[in-house]
Amino acid sequence: MIQWSLKEGVYELVLGEEPCNEIGTTMLAALERFLDQVDTESAYAVVIRSATRGGFSAGADLRELYEGLKDRPEKEHEPALRDFINRIHSVMDRLDMLPLTTIGVIHGVCFGGGFELALTCDILIAEKNARFAFPELRLGIIPGFGGIPRLRRDVSNAVVRDLLLTGRSINAKKAQQAGLVSQVVPVGEGIRAAMATARQATKFDREAAATCKRFMKPLPREELAAEREEFVRLAQRPILKLALKKFVESDDVRPYLP
Amino acid sequence: MSEVLERLMKLAAKRYHVPFETLSGPDDMFEKLKIDSFQAVELMSEVEMEFDVEVPDYELQGVRTFDALAKVIDERR
Repeated sequence: MIQWSLKEGVYELVLGEEPCNEIGTTMLAALERFLDQVDTESAYAVVIRSATRGGFSAGADLRELYEGLKDRPEKEHEPALRDFINRIHSVMDRLDMLPLTTIGVIHGVCFGGGFELALTCDILIAEKNARFAFPELRLGIIPGFGGIPRLRRDVSNAVVRDLLLTGRSINAKKAQQAGLVSQVVPVGEGIRAAMATARQATKFDREAAATCKRFMKPLPREELAAEREEFVRLAQRPILKLALKKFVESDDVRPYLP
Repeated sequence: MSEVLERLMKLAAKRYHVPFETLSGPDDMFEKLKIDSFQAVELMSEVEMEFDVEVPDYELQGVRTFDALAKVIDERR
């Protein structure tokens, strides 16, 4: 369940879809509702956090994706993939461009689409047990929720290429060294640190903060459009369906290993 | 018992509330500690912090025992 509340100028958006906030149509619909209802006139900041034990988000809902593709005729794959990816890009872009200061609190798993969701935030606070990965290559695809353009916007270095091209995961300290995370805090302290950061945002003029954000965090529109096309092209190949089948049927305790 | 293996098993015992005395190098970590996939991810971070190493996931393919993980850690120190 996805819930949100507004208190003293700060929204708290709590992602609580078990087992670990997999991003599928349910999560998308909830995020769309939040974005439709968010009051940018009275709020200053949004804290996005997870209520699930496993972490911030395990990424795209691969089981839903597999179910959606496996019995569908191949000629219908492209429009179905395009509809989904356009919808998720719209949500990610709206979150990215909210004229409020957005703060993501990361604990545990922050993989794939979950990492892409985190990258829409202005500030990321990671608990020490947070772990980040882009395992998409093992499925024969690239991150498709805007992850690569947003990574390139924030950092462009050897660590990011390593992450993308090996699919390996990195811990919170390494993520901070790479410039992906701004604060690393003890396990269980993320919400407190995020709320303190959000309260700081409420002290500033809303228009000045929003203007600052537009300068510092422009939306990489051309790259996002190019990523959508490449994702849809790659996702239509049989390798994806085979990899998804292997994933959903796996009983390995570490099915995410590249 | 190597120093790395002993520290690894002490870390696992403390973190997952299993008596240290019941652990041994050839044990399957995941079965012995009864951890799920999310806890396995968390364990990687705990190990990296404890030993101040980086362990890429692809070096852990097929690694299920404390002995095997201790060997990977030792190679990365």
